[in-house]
Amino acid sequence: MTRSAVIIGAGIVGAACARSLVMAGIDVVILDRGTAVSGTSARGEGNLLVSDKAPGPELTMALKAAARWPDLVRELADELGDDFPSIEYEAKGGLVVATTEGGAAPLLAFAAAQRAAGVDVRELTITDALTLEPDLNPAITAAVHYPQDSQVQPVIAAEALLASARRHGARVMQSTQLISPILNSDGALVGVMTDRGELRADAVIVAAGPWSGEVASILGVTLPVRPRHGMVLVTSRMRQRVFHKVYDADYVGAVGSGDAALQTSSVVESTASGTVLIGSSRQQIGFDGRLRPDTLSELAAKAIRLFPFLADQAVMRTYGGFRPFMPDHVPLVGADPRLHGLWHATGHEGAGIGLAPVTGDLLAALIGGTTPDLDPTPYSPSRASLAPYLAASLDAAHFDAAPSAAPPSAAPPFRKSVA
Amino acid sequence: MGARMLPAGADPIRPLETTAVTITVDGETVTGITGQSIAGIVMACDQLELRRTASADRPRGVFCGIGVCFDCLIEVNGVQDVRACQRKARDGDAVVTGGKPSAHGGAE
Amino acid sequence: MRTVVIIGAGPAGLAAALAARVGGASVVLLDSSDALGGQFWRHLPDTRPSRSEKYLHHGWAKFQTLSTSLESDSGVRIIRGAQVWAIDTINGVRVHAIIGESDGTQREHETFVPDALILATGAHDRTLPFPGWDLPGVFTGGAAQALAKGERLAVGQRVLVAGAGPFLLPVAQSLVRAGSNVVAVLEANRFSHIVRGWSPKPWQLLGAAGKGGELAGYVAGQLRHRIPYRMGHAVIAAHGTDRVDSVTIARLNADWQPIVGTDTTVHVDAVCVSHGFTPRIELAIAAGCGLTPEKFVAVDHRQLTSVEGVYAAGEVTGIGGVDLAMAEGEIAGYWAAQSSADQSVAALDSALDTAAAHETSGAKDAPASALRRRTVFAGFARRIEAAHGIRPSWTGWLSDETVICRCEEVTLGAIRTAAKRTESESLRSLKLSTRAGLGICQGRMCGRSVEQILCSFAPEGALRDDASTDNRPIALPLRLGELASRLHHTMQGKEHHD
Repeated sequence: MTRSAVIIGAGIVGAACARSLVMAGIDVVILDRGTAVSGTSARGEGNLLVSDKAPGPELTMALKAAARWPDLVRELADELGDDFPSIEYEAKGGLVVATTEGGAAPLLAFAAAQRAAGVDVRELTITDALTLEPDLNPAITAAVHYPQDSQVQPVIAAEALLASARRHGARVMQSTQLISPILNSDGALVGVMTDRGELRADAVIVAAGPWSGEVASILGVTLPVRPRHGMVLVTSRMRQRVFHKVYDADYVGAVGSGDAALQTSSVVESTASGTVLIGSSRQQIGFDGRLRPDTLSELAAKAIRLFPFLADQAVMRTYGGFRPFMPDHVPLVGADPRLHGLWHATGHEGAGIGLAPVTGDLLAALIGGTTPDLDPTPYSPSRASLAPYLAASLDAAHFDAAPSAAPPSAAPPFRKSVA
Repeated sequence: MGARMLPAGADPIRPLETTAVTITVDGETVTGITGQSIAGIVMACDQLELRRTASADRPRGVFCGIGVCFDCLIEVNGVQDVRACQRKARDGDAVVTGGKPSAHGGAE
Repeated sequence: MRTVVIIGAGPAGLAAALAARVGGASVVLLDSSDALGGQFWRHLPDTRPSRSEKYLHHGWAKFQTLSTSLESDSGVRIIRGAQVWAIDTINGVRVHAIIGESDGTQREHETFVPDALILATGAHDRTLPFPGWDLPGVFTGGAAQALAKGERLAVGQRVLVAGAGPFLLPVAQSLVRAGSNVVAVLEANRFSHIVRGWSPKPWQLLGAAGKGGELAGYVAGQLRHRIPYRMGHAVIAAHGTDRVDSVTIARLNADWQPIVGTDTTVHVDAVCVSHGFTPRIELAIAAGCGLTPEKFVAVDHRQLTSVEGVYAAGEVTGIGGVDLAMAEGEIAGYWAAQSSADQSVAALDSALDTAAAHETSGAKDAPASALRRRTVFAGFARRIEAAHGIRPSWTGWLSDETVICRCEEVTLGAIRTAAKRTESESLRSLKLSTRAGLGICQGRMCGRSVEQILCSFAPEGALRDDASTDNRPIALPLRLGELASRLHHTMQGKEHHD
């Protein structure tokens, strides 16, 4: 019987797991080597998307999440009251368009497969698409509307989940460094040693996003989670001229790709504050967050291809972050088959904001021994597609275990220590 | 009372000949001295307000005067987000003040 | 030949350019405005000549000598209207500029890959928030000076100058000379504090004779125009519907807490408020330069930053005024012109005998006069901070409704609520939760105030993440179309590798 859990990583996934666990009656401590909600959760766009996911386990989870979020937003608002900053949940819908002749057929085929998997998919005529988005480039060749796509302000969503977890009794320890695992005589994990002392727990959960590989290696196992860098452009405020999340269809290809080279594709959307966000690049360059002007230029060029009026708009900021990339593109949620007491909730790539609540519920059910309302098998660390990665030894593979991993020299030294 | 140009005759630096630059500000023709910023020309008419804010609809004008605060944003020749204190006026510039780059649902 | 790229054509940048030329390098001098001189020597455009502009400036003859010499030198490429919007370090330090009219469209791109880079980006006024500080008619001291010196425009007829520091005096002087009636100059620090700050080693001040002379001139002007100078006082609110018509002033205690019952209303049509300066360090951060604990660019005795080949001079390394800026510029220019082999020899000599190296005027170190001036005026700069630095209790004049972040209209109350409700220790999270510092000025105006306020609300009085309000990877806005058009330029090999 699991009575206590330590969660490593206080981003949105860790916060969601904490809330679900503590509401299931389990004692929870969340620790973070830095501050809460400062890593990947604070560097993304807040996408809750079904549109970019091919039929499969990730889409199944996304559909569950799309249904869960509206209720969750209400629960959090009731719990936290009016003066908590707004999560800015907006079910604005997504519009995916093809911008080339050759891109139309693959987009429509992809959409048809999604419809078969239960996604609300609406093929639009070009005229209808331009009615939804009057400033869209009229030269598009196909358009599909996804009413289930929505958005939140990711930092506030994560802080709200964390505040809720705290209200229910979870303890948050920031600036706490993970030092080593605590194993019992059977070799099972029964807690962790930190620079603030020992934390005993029946379950230790890795929820450290792109840093999960490093955390796992401290705990003695390899994990093939790797950072995938992305950059976003932010325009100055303007009169609202973009009404949905609007994607170039090649975004779908970039998300699903395992290619390490730079990929950019357009994702253009307005925020509640009047800015337009333009995302996003995907590049496997280790933990190298340096500004890359050429990447920004590519993002700008592709956004203008979707919305020509953007050419004269000012870009005022850029930010970047690391997504936790999995070699088989499926989030990792469940017990580690190699080390009793170790659990994972990570590897959501760019979808962690949207998938966090469902991840938390699934993990809480698995740890608490209740029946999850989502088949856990595809997300399990025991799944076949991960076997070659999990088998790698720490010494041989470090934590960059995947075949296509960048050479270690490509990754500059990164922040001091891990939690 | 208010902002105004020091008359050339009263200026101890003894100004020499200048030429005029003519722009429109919200449709009205305004003349300044060649080399002036748009902010300088508008303020010389004792107009301090250059835009309204998005949330509280508050007036804003020149604050830092050296291009760092971005409070004096105006529209020039159809392009928004131009710092009035930094942009030199050119003959025929069409300036629109009062712009309100807005959050959702607002007017421009 | 080595190419030295200098960003900023104020006193430090101009002195650096000349020194780098003397040292045999070719120079590219970039400035965002269309004139040389920076904010200090902001002057009328060529299209507005006058017989005696020197009347408005300190050190005007020096400026004219510098600018004439550089403008007539074929080894100096001066690029006006050059907005440096980014520096990246992917393949060495590369400087990305966009050249054309301010906030234009379709401007020209140019990328520089210098042998040495000198950052002389200066500083801007720091104004602490107070109720009503967003009203038109409230200006920074720098705004009043820029409009007076650059356009002969008085921001108001009845003007109050307030804040902290000796630089309030030239603001008052510029206003008077543009035709304003300056009602008073209010210095927030009290007399005893200022005396303590200035006096521990008063003989050092004698060394800064030029600086003392400059200030003495302002004081004389102040007396001649009968402008009251009141210490221990501040503007704590500005009032008006669509523009300022009055301000509330109050006495302050030594920590700048307003003293209850000392409020007075003063009718004005403009108020100029500056509490010091914020260095413009975003390009230094982008280049990877280390900072001092006070958040200036850290430099060694050569003005070299922590990044090889990148130097910094002037207010970015500490607020010290024009003379220190020029001495630092000269030293930076000297070293930037040397090849790295020469530098290692000189650095070794210097390490073996730092004192001796500083005294020699030989080829192994910068000119002795510049080194001496730097020593003298650096002392002066420390004194200014001790006497006029911002004290912590200024937040006492804020109310929950006071706008802290002007761009995003974030109030103190909103910041407090978010901080208390999230219990966050993360500046990054709190900025994103409140939007404070996320607007188009990118935290230039409010950043340091936001940090202080957030720290005061944090669970243990401190923020613990590595975020900063000084980090601006895109240093200036540019149009998306311009950003996109870079790709063609890069592909056409328009980058300079000189």
